[in-house]
Amino acid sequence: MAIDPKLAACIASLQERFGCRQEEFRGEITLYLTPEMIISALTALRDEFGFEFLVDVTAVDYWLNQEPRFQVVYHLRSIAQGWIICLRVPVTTVPPALPTAEKVYPSANWYEREVWDLFGIRFEGHSDLRRIVLPYDWAGHPLRKDYPLGYEEVQFTFNQEEIMVHKPHPKS
Amino acid sequence: MSEIREVSVDELKHLVSDRARSGENMLLNMGPQHPSTHGVLRLLLELDGEIVISCVPDIGFLHTGVEKNMEAKTYQKAEVMTDRLDYLNPPGNNLTYCLAIEKLCEIDVPPRAQAIRVILLELTRLSSHLLWLGTSGLDLAAMSVFLYAMREREKIMDIMEMVSGQRMMTTYIRPGGVWRDVPPEFDAAVQDFCNIMPARIDEYEAILTNNSLFLDRTKGIGVISVEDCLRYAISGPILRAAGMAYDLRKALPYCGYEQYEFTIPTHTDSDIFARYSVRVAEMRQSVRIIQQALDKLPSGPVRSNNRKYIPPPRSEIGVSMESLIHHFKLWTEGFHAPKGSVYVATESPRGELGVFLESDGSPKPYRVHFRTPSFANLQIMPLLTRGHFVADTVGIIGSIDIVLGDADR
Repeated sequence: MAIDPKLAACIASLQERFGCRQEEFRGEITLYLTPEMIISALTALRDEFGFEFLVDVTAVDYWLNQEPRFQVVYHLRSIAQGWIICLRVPVTTVPPALPTAEKVYPSANWYEREVWDLFGIRFEGHSDLRRIVLPYDWAGHPLRKDYPLGYEEVQFTFNQEEIMVHKPHPKS
Repeated sequence: MSEIREVSVDELKHLVSDRARSGENMLLNMGPQHPSTHGVLRLLLELDGEIVISCVPDIGFLHTGVEKNMEAKTYQKAEVMTDRLDYLNPPGNNLTYCLAIEKLCEIDVPPRAQAIRVILLELTRLSSHLLWLGTSGLDLAAMSVFLYAMREREKIMDIMEMVSGQRMMTTYIRPGGVWRDVPPEFDAAVQDFCNIMPARIDEYEAILTNNSLFLDRTKGIGVISVEDCLRYAISGPILRAAGMAYDLRKALPYCGYEQYEFTIPTHTDSDIFARYSVRVAEMRQSVRIIQQALDKLPSGPVRSNNRKYIPPPRSEIGVSMESLIHHFKLWTEGFHAPKGSVYVATESPRGELGVFLESDGSPKPYRVHFRTPSFANLQIMPLLTRGHFVADTVGIIGSIDIVLGDADR
């Protein structure tokens, strides 16, 4: 799939301004940004290049495979041009945190709550960062790769304490 | 065991007014077991008399951890879980997931499979809109339209059962095509449905469109502007009812939608009635698409011949040892998808349904994420309900057409 030359020009100007790495896979363009740049990049994309629609915010956990461990993925769409662009932000801080995109795109509110809920990535400045799909007193963030899938380990008297430590239950 | 902690209103103080905390305004829980919330949705309403001051949606009662579970299954086996997300649009969910795999692995899809997919997708859109019409009519005290809508929906369910053996959770669309060819009686059944449906849509309109009780409950209620729709990433009939003719079937065609003639119905009022009009007009367009697809249904195979990803047909397994081994390998180990990530979006009856699929080169998806329309569209509940009566909240929920399985995943 060939890339629209106008989109290519838009990407080139973004690359020049933010010095970001670009990747192309199956006709989709991904830009790698740093946490400091993401808000100004989103603002520029919305105001200057017509990406008025924030499709999605999600994250991927590369536990033990890559450093830094988390990448937050944004998908933006330009309805007028029919373009879609993907932004990836490796989360460098520990505990993981990023600035919120809510002020640029109000729709990011719930998406970021979901990422916080399932990955435990905090969004600084978010107006309402509560859990969204899990109960409010849930312990842990299930979509992390080190979170067990949900089977119960059998507890015997000799290993009761040992298993209790890492059991994915809310701890009082 | 941990003890259950109560949530106090102080934790939600940024979402409700000070009058609610002092007790002057009433806080009312609507749901999660309220019959008009179309599933397990809880709304915390702050009321000044009968007027809604603020609304805090609480979702997640139907969270099933589908995304986590899919990471532990092979690509083919994970597909059955996609049906259960938006349980009124199973072929649409299957399709979006399959399109993502097809894009990732560059699998071709034969033309006959494309046309069958389109017919099933449009039938599902009709069945979803019919259920929406019936239930949201019920919410607004129009009892009879539910009975009519269910009568036609049953015909669609029968067609689904005919092709896949299942009425709802079909898993009929598979990577590289569809599971098997449609039975010989399929064409006649779909043709029969196309013949009766336009007159039936007239019947629903006769009940509702000029019904003054229905108009009183729907006109001027739950209005949202196009700008707000875009800011809140609203897609589907809500966006089109606000005046923007945006439909992914036209904007970014998939499955050969570019070959069919249809229009995108829009409205400018952006209230409940506008959404009703858009959905009813969409039902007529769906019948048009089904008729066109049925008329020029090509012959040929229904599954790709790319043996790297697609198991050999049943007829070969009985006679060829290699095919048997191949089939066994594909169903036990699975196929190794190339490394990379893709995003694919389709137009579900509720809006943009997207799948973000990341592969690390193993037979299991490394990360699957569903961008679901109900989740995004539910976010504007506070905007839509502010200043309306409690009774109108019911109509507004109906007009968003949420499916909680889709929102909670």
